[in-house]
Amino acid sequence: MTRRRAVLLVRAAVLSGAVLLLEALCRAGVIDPLTVIPPSAMAASMLDQLAAGTLDEAMVQTFTTVGLSFGIAVVLGTLLGSWLHASARVRRAVDPVLASYYSVPTFIFYPLMVALLGLSMAPLVVLGCLTATPAVIISTLAGLDAVPPVFRRVARIQRLGPARTLWMVVLPAAMPSLFSGFKLALSYALIGVIAGEFILSGSGLGYAISFAYQSFDNAGMYGLMLFVLLVAVTANGLLYAWEGHLARRRVQA
Amino acid sequence: MRRLDGLLLAGVAIAIWQGLGWWTQGVAITAPLPTAVYLAGLLQTPSFWGHVGATLGAFAMAFAASAVFGLALGLVLGARRFAADVAEPILAGFYTIPKVTLYPVVLLVFGLGVSAKVAFGIMHGLVPITLFTLGGVRALRPVLVRTARAMRLGTWQTMRTVLLPACLPSIVGGLRIGFSLSLLGVLIGEMFSSQRGLGFLLVNGLAQHNVPLTTAVVLVIVLGAVGANTLMLRLGPR
Repeated sequence: MTRRRAVLLVRAAVLSGAVLLLEALCRAGVIDPLTVIPPSAMAASMLDQLAAGTLDEAMVQTFTTVGLSFGIAVVLGTLLGSWLHASARVRRAVDPVLASYYSVPTFIFYPLMVALLGLSMAPLVVLGCLTATPAVIISTLAGLDAVPPVFRRVARIQRLGPARTLWMVVLPAAMPSLFSGFKLALSYALIGVIAGEFILSGSGLGYAISFAYQSFDNAGMYGLMLFVLLVAVTANGLLYAWEGHLARRRVQA
Repeated sequence: MRRLDGLLLAGVAIAIWQGLGWWTQGVAITAPLPTAVYLAGLLQTPSFWGHVGATLGAFAMAFAASAVFGLALGLVLGARRFAADVAEPILAGFYTIPKVTLYPVVLLVFGLGVSAKVAFGIMHGLVPITLFTLGGVRALRPVLVRTARAMRLGTWQTMRTVLLPACLPSIVGGLRIGFSLSLLGVLIGEMFSSQRGLGFLLVNGLAQHNVPLTTAVVLVIVLGAVGANTLMLRLGPR
């Protein structure tokens, strides 16, 4: 426990030291304010924009898009993963696609999707899904592979139907792997959607950042960046903590 | 059997592509055959090779730097358990944030040009290589390290003769991911305020409604990335 605490303490010290160093360098004029503004100014700009409500529209837009992509990716990925697991023939054929899927940067398809669906929310949702779904498929397959055969036999002895076997035995047993897939899916959906907004879009947080950059509004840009990064870190941190909680409950059970 | 599966898969992919081409009537995606014809013409223009060269050059620098620094950082952190415990969540957190949002900072620091693209590629590629190397060193059997100590190997010798060979599988896995992520970083850099490279061609094709150009460039990137990845999967230890 003391070691754990020491690690946490040193980590906090390293992070806050880095922030303080950046603050000092900016204040002392070593770093040009046209390049990076002091962290305190970033936080002030973020709070200003949040209080003024100028971000509300972009926030709703981005979070709806990310939420939609994440939801579709989770449902579609789990279903496709279960289906692939059940049909070995298709799985063997699709395996190379899954193995090299993430070597292709997904958002190169974004211009094609914009041309196909127009400059709206739709191509962003598709982009988010394309980025996030395979992660769910891969982890569903890994999770289902790891379910011990004896579990299925017990389910058969209890005369459970296929649906109840899946719901009561297989899914809970595969949960840890599924969950890590969902975690990846959330950060991939966030990355995909914000990257799309940033490169080519007319609304959302990513667009707001690129707009602020192009209009030389450094304070606004850094405030927005800080906000997006805080949201991403918080979302990932929550899922991480929840995963740890689930893992501990399994150990106790 | 495997070869048949591969052919079948390629056939299905081309059929879907052809279907999309018909459905959109070439407004969004060009069908396979016209794309191939267009690409063949494109391959004969020197300016296209200039763009390919720009992307490959920036990518080669980004990947080389990510690999060297990622390996070194991973091995050093792996050897110091406390430093690794402190650093790992920070690195993992950085790995999951949408780094695109930071691209304007990179541009402000490095200016418009090749160095910004390279720096952005390194930002994407360095962390996964470090994390995989670190994970490999951690999972090492302690007896190997003890043997190295018993044989009185120095730090450098231990790394070269014991740590590196023993961690090779996870290092190759990390390099594979670092490879695709630094390519991603370079391409994002080119898609956003750049005048050269394949990423620029993609966005430019869209802006000029040059659908065959966009489709052809997407095809080139997909083939290149999948080819390199397959090669690394083959080379890597199973």
